[in-house]
Amino acid sequence: MKTLTFSGALCEALHEEMERDESVFVMGEDVITHGGPYKVTDGIAERFPERIFETPIAEAGIVGLGVGAAMAGMSPVVEIMYMDFVTCAMDEVVNQAAKMRYMTGGQASVPMVIRLPCGVGRLLAAQHSQIMESWFMHVPGLQVVVPSTPSDAKGLLKSAVRSPDPVLFFEYKRIYTSRGEVPDGEHTVPIGKADISREGEDATVVAIGPMVQKSLEAAVLLEDDGYDVEVVDVRSLSPLDTETICESVNRTGHAVVCGEDSSFAGAVSEIAAMIGENCFDSLKAPVTRIGSPHVPMPFSSELAKHVVPEVPNITEAVNRVMA
Amino acid sequence: MALSPELCKKMYKDMWRIRLFEEEAHRQTSLGSVVGALHMYCGEEAVAVGVCGNLRDDDYVLGTHRSHGHCIAKGAKPNEMMAELFGKVTGTCAGKGGSMHIADFSLNMLGANGIVGAGIGPATGAALAGKMRGTDQVSVCFFGDGAAARGTFHEGIGFGALWKLPVIYVCENNQYQQWVPRSNVAVLDSVADMAGSYAIPGVSIDGQDIVEVYEVVGQAVERARNGGGPTLVEAKTYRFHGHSLGDEEQYRSSDEVDSWKTERDPITLFHTVMTHKGWLTEEEDAAIQDEAKTEITDAVKFAEESPYPTAANVTTDVLAPEQEVA
Repeated sequence: MKTLTFSGALCEALHEEMERDESVFVMGEDVITHGGPYKVTDGIAERFPERIFETPIAEAGIVGLGVGAAMAGMSPVVEIMYMDFVTCAMDEVVNQAAKMRYMTGGQASVPMVIRLPCGVGRLLAAQHSQIMESWFMHVPGLQVVVPSTPSDAKGLLKSAVRSPDPVLFFEYKRIYTSRGEVPDGEHTVPIGKADISREGEDATVVAIGPMVQKSLEAAVLLEDDGYDVEVVDVRSLSPLDTETICESVNRTGHAVVCGEDSSFAGAVSEIAAMIGENCFDSLKAPVTRIGSPHVPMPFSSELAKHVVPEVPNITEAVNRVMA
Repeated sequence: MALSPELCKKMYKDMWRIRLFEEEAHRQTSLGSVVGALHMYCGEEAVAVGVCGNLRDDDYVLGTHRSHGHCIAKGAKPNEMMAELFGKVTGTCAGKGGSMHIADFSLNMLGANGIVGAGIGPATGAALAGKMRGTDQVSVCFFGDGAAARGTFHEGIGFGALWKLPVIYVCENNQYQQWVPRSNVAVLDSVADMAGSYAIPGVSIDGQDIVEVYEVVGQAVERARNGGGPTLVEAKTYRFHGHSLGDEEQYRSSDEVDSWKTERDPITLFHTVMTHKGWLTEEEDAAIQDEAKTEITDAVKFAEESPYPTAANVTTDVLAPEQEVA
């Protein structure tokens, strides 16, 4: 066990997987120079110079080549520098990678990881701050993974690389520099399993990505209000671990679902609807969603601070459902 | 590989197998046995067969929405293909793909594709895979003239050229993008001229002449296998049928279609070449056509007698079995 940053944990996972399996390779814009835009591919060019490719600015090409290489037996890990740019490769993600196994009656396998640095980081406004997890949750054939800690970042990336099907791997830029303990060597976290980050009896907060840490902070504050809050880190949005979420909500009878993306038709909406359908008899109050308002990300910090949900939004929501 | 009488007979037979498969699929559509879209390859047989005549079993092929010919030329079985068109569980894709998605991974035929130009990137990626593994496999991507307008054409060929990948980009220029003549929507008449932008060889050939297709693509395959990188081959050809079944074809004259059928039919042209060389007797020709007819008749019987998939098959093959969705 050692302490690593979130990006350092991802980097370690890539190094270990490339050491383990010669079919794993990395492809993306600027992934060699400076160790990549977020240092996630640091040192790979020195250790595995034949298996890292710095590409033209051509997202459809990057993902398209990844689909073909994967169908031909390789395990590409492609990086889209800002997840916003994956819109330039939507056909490759949605019509090609996601559909190949099904359309070919199970013949094709597309073991590709698409790494998507997402959300607000530096203030870069509307085209460099998006999340859009729900776009990909809606597409059968894709797996959508959202780690919130360095340990899960490593464990989930290793599982994603080994998965026989495409994985959209969301990396919130704002937590790249967060630190945490990470197991040395072999450490995998199964895709499709949520984690109970904190046990509690009164209310369940289901959280996505950086909202997990904020929920844990909110839970401490809510102790003063007399509430014992459970925090569930979804970790995978598709497949979604409905069992763990429902078990928790059935126990507490209160549910708040929070993410950083717009809650309108967002990941939190699917989880809230699922809870409403499955836990209706246990619920003592309506399920509440927390997300950003339905606006593009503004530039000015004075505007942006009203968009990204923070700890007070969670404490307020828990107080509301407990009232 | 020089053209031998044996190879010519095989290629001639493959052209007939494609022609008869397509005509039978057309007939089965009118009978209601085949549903969905049908994009017929009749008239373009020399391209698929001439290209694939140069390929090894382990070479990759990716196709288009009009790919029955590519599949048969790469070795796919008409039985399973016809069953796929019928929507039967014995089909190449277990009834989940249909005409536009036929694939046979046992032959490294990595799939037809319903999105125009979508195979170009994946074909380039398959070539990258071969190169990384140190094999001398090549990858062939078929696409139409309409695909040359797409960004995937530019991006895919850009990567192939940059990394000198073993890939042959085969544009089947049948002169119409769906219902529109190429001249209405493209500045360049020749797709091959676009190769200059990527600093790779681009060559325009007569797609009705299988000997020319075979020889030019043979050089491209040899160059690719030896590390020389991609080639863009434009085969000028013609669709004997409309874009898909039901097309009223008001955008072209029946005289134009008839002249291609009577003067530029690739099977007739190849027949002439072979008989002039003394490589095909009348008896051999009749036997080849009979065998092809029998094979296609058997394919229909196989498709008719095969079971449909069941409701249990709806949710399989979304993800690999160990992580099947509920």
